[in-house]
Amino acid sequence: MFKKLSIAAIAALALSSGAFAAGGGDQHIENIDFSFDGPFGKFDQNQLQRGLQVYTEVCSACHGLKYVPLRTLSDEGGPHLPEDQVRAYAAENFEVYDEALEDTRPATPVDHFPENNGAGAPDLSMMAKARAGFHGPYGLGINQFLFGMGGPDYIASLLTGYTGEEKEEAGVTLYENTAFPGGWISMAPPLYGEDVDFNDGHANDLEHISEDVSAFLMWTAEPKMMARKQAGFVSVFFLTILSVLLYLTNKKIWAPIKGKGRKES
Amino acid sequence: MAGIPHDHYEPKTGGEKWVHSRLPIVGLLYDTIMLPTPKNLNWMWIWGIILTFCLALQIVTGIILAMHYTPHVDLAFASVEHIMRNVNGGHMLRYLHMNGASLFFIAVYAHIFRGLYYGSYKAPREITWIIGMLIFVLMMGAGFMGYVLPWGQMSFWGATVITGLFGAIPFIGEPIQTLLLGGPAVDNATLNRFFSLHYLLPFVIAGLVIVHIWAFHTTGNNNPTGVEVRRTSKADAEKDTLPFWPYFVIKDLFALAVILAVFFAVVGFMPNYLGHPDNYIEANALVTPAHIVPEWYFLPFYAILRAFTSEVWIVIFFEFITGGIIDAKFFGVLAMFGAIIVMALAPWLDTSSVRSGRYRPMFKWWFWILVVDFIVLMWLGAMPAEEPYATFSLIASAYWFGYFLVILPLLGVIEKPLPQPATIEADFAAHYGKPDSAPAE
Repeated sequence: MFKKLSIAAIAALALSSGAFAAGGGDQHIENIDFSFDGPFGKFDQNQLQRGLQVYTEVCSACHGLKYVPLRTLSDEGGPHLPEDQVRAYAAENFEVYDEALEDTRPATPVDHFPENNGAGAPDLSMMAKARAGFHGPYGLGINQFLFGMGGPDYIASLLTGYTGEEKEEAGVTLYENTAFPGGWISMAPPLYGEDVDFNDGHANDLEHISEDVSAFLMWTAEPKMMARKQAGFVSVFFLTILSVLLYLTNKKIWAPIKGKGRKES
Repeated sequence: MAGIPHDHYEPKTGGEKWVHSRLPIVGLLYDTIMLPTPKNLNWMWIWGIILTFCLALQIVTGIILAMHYTPHVDLAFASVEHIMRNVNGGHMLRYLHMNGASLFFIAVYAHIFRGLYYGSYKAPREITWIIGMLIFVLMMGAGFMGYVLPWGQMSFWGATVITGLFGAIPFIGEPIQTLLLGGPAVDNATLNRFFSLHYLLPFVIAGLVIVHIWAFHTTGNNNPTGVEVRRTSKADAEKDTLPFWPYFVIKDLFALAVILAVFFAVVGFMPNYLGHPDNYIEANALVTPAHIVPEWYFLPFYAILRAFTSEVWIVIFFEFITGGIIDAKFFGVLAMFGAIIVMALAPWLDTSSVRSGRYRPMFKWWFWILVVDFIVLMWLGAMPAEEPYATFSLIASAYWFGYFLVILPLLGVIEKPLPQPATIEADFAAHYGKPDSAPAE
């Protein structure tokens, strides 16, 4: 009888949290099949490196990544760049203000990506977790389990969602976008396709670079995702074994008490 | 200690006697672990262990998180990211703590509804029930304040809305709100006192848990039949019970392992499922989120809070007769706290002489409607405050109060209960047959 209660409770959880995730009704968020979706999904190291390039050459003009330490670019389970490359990348691309020097200096791996909100652009460090994005049929947790939390899908949909329409409102130009809540966004289309050239000659059309930078932003938001999934897998594996052992133990100790004439209750 | 007659610890060696005559702690532990437990307990009696585990999990992960967290409005959000990125295993600690709160509340709701169905709140277990309700309220306080600590948008605006409720209390509301906030609005002082209290409350809860356990170890566990263990002699009691160790320890640990497997799957594979994306945006007093929604475990009570708007006749009535002292906002607050108070008063509102819902044919229906009502309220709490949800909320809230204030008192009078088994032993034998041999103890 109480099985019903548990099922009902889970259903209620699913329903109510689905309601949390629901964005504006008119948004169109495409579910993208990212390599890191699902319990066994992994970041694609090459894709993260391409995404980093897109961020550096395009996005970083306006957006910061202030919570992300540059050194983590060499982390395993991330872009995994060699340390000397990270050092060179930091020095070439970013300057930071050093309080000890009372002056700016080239960034080093111990610094974070700089803050950048000059144009009123939001910081992108946690953007992939701060947007509900794709949620699929209302509230089914299974969606998030299989397809990820939807933030990177939202970012990619936003980057490819410009219709080309513009309007002016109170002196601000707004651009129509099918993924943005309300339909009008103040960010001009940042990517058009072929904005960057990849060393490995990977496709650089709009869809591909949007997905690459979205994947990179999922990593900046959740840099420990690989470690987390592994910990989850190991825990579930051993707890399942423990459950079986405890089930058998429980059965054994109760057997003499319950007798053989057990009826189904 | 009063209770079911059973064997007590006897110190044997000289050393044991020496300790026992000075501090009978081994005896206390022995009596606790070997407690005679009704042998017919079903799987709904596992939640106590799950809850104890949750409390320990929250305290252990919380203490470590507190080593790395900074309760300051300029640093709190960044310190959480520091935990997520730089602290060894910090991301797992935080996700365990965050989802541990959800597991805690899933377990406490299952535990409460089990008590409501099997009449565990009835005499002589009223004090156990009341202590349990106190723990539940403290858990809500701890959960709410914990959600404020990451200092995201939902933290900030949730804190603003919930502390605003206290401001609705006439005359003394505003001073109370100021005291809670440490100033006129949610700010650094608020964050600091919430951090302090969030650290304190779990230990208060732990103390109450000990009292809760002490109380039901005195009365003995309730059981699915609601028929009491025979206390006429130790031999009689032993026919109805089994010692907690190993029979129920192993059973409960099995249940815990299964539940933890699911819990770790959530933590490992979708740790943000029950959270809100807005909480990954740093708190900003100038930008209000589109929808301010509390954590899922507050939703049923949040729905009751919002149900009583100024258009509802009972609100208009009260506003009129109190000369405006009880306005819609205050009425909502009273309703929300009232929803918990009527539940706490269940031992005195339920007039039936039969304890377990198993033998109450009419009660069963009303109980399951209450369960559905609770789930519907949870869903409504997450919906925007507009039609048709407002009307649904009102109906669902009315049922909640109706169940405790009208249905429970009436049922005891009009319901004709089914025959109950004479003893727990008889019930157990009817389910499982006679034992092959005497229990190997």
